Amino acid sequence: MDQTTIIALAYLVAAVLFILGLKGLTHPRTAVRGNLLGALGMLVAVLATLIHHDVVGYTLIIVGLVIGGLIGAVVAVKIEMTAMPELVALFNGFGGGASVFVAGAELTRPGPYEVMASARLGAPLLDASIIAAFLAGVIGAVTFWGSLLAFCKLREFQKFRKPWVFPGMQALNIGLAVLCAALLAAALMSPAPVMMFWSLVVVASVLGWFLVNPIGGADMPVVIALLNSYSGLAACATGFVLSNSVLIIAGSLVGASGLILTNIMCKAMNRSLGNVLFGVLAPSEADATADEVYGGRVKATSAEEVAMLFDNARRAVIVPGYGMAVAQAQHAVRDLGDLLEARGIEVEYAIHPVAGRMPGHMNVLLAEAEVPYEKLQEMDAVNPSFAQTDVVLVIGANDVVNPVARDPRSAIGGMPILDVDKARTVVVVKRSLSPGFAGIPNPLFAADNCLMFFADGKKAMLDLIAALKEA
Amino acid sequence: MTANSLILLAAEAGQGAADQPEALPLLAALTIFVLAIFVGFEIITKIPPTLHTPLMSGSNAISGITLVGALLAAGHENQTAVAVLGTLAVILATINVVGGFLVTNRMLEMFRRKRPHE
Repeated sequence: MDQTTIIALAYLVAAVLFILGLKGLTHPRTAVRGNLLGALGMLVAVLATLIHHDVVGYTLIIVGLVIGGLIGAVVAVKIEMTAMPELVALFNGFGGGASVFVAGAELTRPGPYEVMASARLGAPLLDASIIAAFLAGVIGAVTFWGSLLAFCKLREFQKFRKPWVFPGMQALNIGLAVLCAALLAAALMSPAPVMMFWSLVVVASVLGWFLVNPIGGADMPVVIALLNSYSGLAACATGFVLSNSVLIIAGSLVGASGLILTNIMCKAMNRSLGNVLFGVLAPSEADATADEVYGGRVKATSAEEVAMLFDNARRAVIVPGYGMAVAQAQHAVRDLGDLLEARGIEVEYAIHPVAGRMPGHMNVLLAEAEVPYEKLQEMDAVNPSFAQTDVVLVIGANDVVNPVARDPRSAIGGMPILDVDKARTVVVVKRSLSPGFAGIPNPLFAADNCLMFFADGKKAMLDLIAALKEA
Repeated sequence: MTANSLILLAAEAGQGAADQPEALPLLAALTIFVLAIFVGFEIITKIPPTLHTPLMSGSNAISGITLVGALLAAGHENQTAVAVLGTLAVILATINVVGGFLVTNRMLEMFRRKRPHE
């Protein structure tokens, strides 16, 4: 068997391992093994590539692997679970950036179209690989800069708190996109496409920055999922440049995954992708002002009063939101859940798909606090049970429990919500009456069966635990 | 048709093209691309929401497969510009791969472990 065949077969093995790895993620029990299979696939692909006859020196490879490996390992071990959204954003960006450099290197090679006989699936196709290289450049650069900006927003760096919006931004974005297309057209006719490529990367970098710039807050899950998809598609385009099967397969798996997550997030907000990316979420005419909604009807409560609510309770549901992540309250929440269960109360956790800043954000935090995943209920599963729930504890969530969403005229009209207002009593733990990301008041807070527990999420949990133990 | 048989089919299409250099490689690549997208949709839609964050970081690590292309470029040491670009790509892709798989493993271990005091 010649070297070419060995490499091709190794890539096939790697692709199968990636698929089996993702399949493992369909259940928490098999997920760890799935992830290991994916890593094994990567190892196989890398080792096979190292025996390729194109690789004439190993110095730079070793330097790159050591630097990248060290940075990656240190970050992965040190990072806090609450920082997971920005970490995923950052890693997304690095994947996109790598694709840009690979496509650039490929265009820079002498006679780039006759290389890599083994990885190629057949004879080279000149124009297609230039188009693919430019696609890799555009998608990769947008992914890199978009992700970097998303990282800065999620880290809440002071400079990035408020999106920088100016009139004509959409027109500018369209102009940049047209410029990208023009550069590609020029490159197809040019004998030296390399300069065009790097110009394109610069334009696409600006575009990536501007595309993510106006988006923030609760829309971040969509952005991260979309950038996740882009990083896969960039790898996929690079695969077309190199005619490399394993890049195409792995890239499209990731591309599909990101698109599915994007779609799920959009559905959970009842908004189209275009609306999330380019639209502005503002209170509509039908949305009442804070004074109209709250005026004198909001009841504040204390830890002692909430503790008494649990005296006769049989079933309690905890609804976590982004506020729980900010307050790092997940361990305290778990302790409270344990305490309630020890008193014979059935405790479940209701997770809205867009709670937090990335898909599955709440689940990871609660898993960190060692809440068994069987207790985490999805929206559709838990909603019918609220009518039989004695106490609902909402911690740092707002828009996802706002009953206004049932009114189609509202800005968030049609967004599926957790029907917490159907429970006998709702306790909302929140620092103030300030609105959520949608900027509209929440009539739940003024409802007859709702008590407001004004406090930081973690402190509220600790006080509540203390009150329960005293009683 | 299961995910695995789909992908084997895709791979066979690719192998066939390699045996016959005159065949259109782009078509083979496109075949693989489209079939892999279908496989992706089939599998990913079955992943429960509770694992969506690990899915993102894990699939992200997989997208670091660009590392393969990066290694080929970085190993091309007789041409400095290519090798430098390749090395930059190797660094970025390796951060993505190593960091991605490690952090995913960390998260998934949390989903698996049982509390000792129960």
